[in-house]
Amino acid sequence: MSFINYSSREINCKIVYYGPGLCGKTTNLQYIYNKTNPETKGKLISLSTETDRTLFFDFLPLSLGEIRGFKTRFHLYTVPGQVFYDASRKLILKGVDGVVFVADSQVERMEANIESLDNLRINLKEQGYDLDKIPFVMQYNKRDLPNAVPVEELRKVLNPRNVTERQAVAPTGVGVFDTLKDVAKLVLTELKKGGQ
Amino acid sequence: MASQLVMYEEEFHRINAVCDRLTKDANAKVVFLVDKNGQLISAAGQTHNIDTTSLASLTAGNVAAMGGLAKLIGENEFPNQFHEGAKDSLYMTLVGGRVVLVVIFDNRTSLGLVRLRIKKASDELEKIFAALTARASVPGAGSPFAEISDADIDNLFSE
Repeated sequence: MSFINYSSREINCKIVYYGPGLCGKTTNLQYIYNKTNPETKGKLISLSTETDRTLFFDFLPLSLGEIRGFKTRFHLYTVPGQVFYDASRKLILKGVDGVVFVADSQVERMEANIESLDNLRINLKEQGYDLDKIPFVMQYNKRDLPNAVPVEELRKVLNPRNVTERQAVAPTGVGVFDTLKDVAKLVLTELKKGGQ
Repeated sequence: MASQLVMYEEEFHRINAVCDRLTKDANAKVVFLVDKNGQLISAAGQTHNIDTTSLASLTAGNVAAMGGLAKLIGENEFPNQFHEGAKDSLYMTLVGGRVVLVVIFDNRTSLGLVRLRIKKASDELEKIFAALTARASVPGAGSPFAEISDADIDNLFSE
């Protein structure tokens, strides 16, 4: 749910990075944080365990510039990927405007990907959203690993609807900004539709 | 899907005025108003040393987590939360089930006074938000983004 402020001429949108544990959601945000100008970003907040696993969420506010005199701000969130943190994961989806699913390309993580994608659909539904209708981008991460499944196979299993997809290597930034741009564009296009 | 929050000039000034007054009446350090989804709506008082965006996001996370806990034990919500620190303390109140009023205060005031003033302010805020919701549901009150073109969106990403 975006927040439009006519008085300060700002528009705020919420994007959530979803996916199985250790798929690289936090790494996506860390790369974006490291590569953006200080004036366009806020603090990166990570609520994580001592072993750096996300406990509740990571949060990064980002300004993307102006559209027709309105400052566009995107709030990027990640969810905790581990299965048993489901209660927390649901909470992060409240008020979401767009979702990025970060899939782990490694063959041994295929089941975890499928389980997480199902979980996303169910949790969105609980909040009154339909995964087939909200802005949604699929990212195939860890493309550099030798045990990565071919993209065609990932697509068949994870992206039968053929939504916008990107290949990524999050630690080096491959595909990270492309994914962000894709989802931001979809969110803005949706806002445009909603205003008509 | 919940409707988006749209803020207009008139209501924005009224909300800021309520927050300003609450800061003075409660003798608080800072007053924040945060959307339940983590968007900062208004801030009053000594805000210069505080990362307001982070505060808004963490407030929403906290309220969401406590709401989840409430449901687990059969409560609908915990509408009020108080966190006591060594120097500064923090009081959160849900307003109209939609926004969170956050007051940060120190020992120059008391919890009793803060609670009393919050009650009055939250009643006023509830009326303003009810008016905002009514205004946003009027047909034709669409987002300013109805006018934008695909080229506008593309321009945002062309460096």
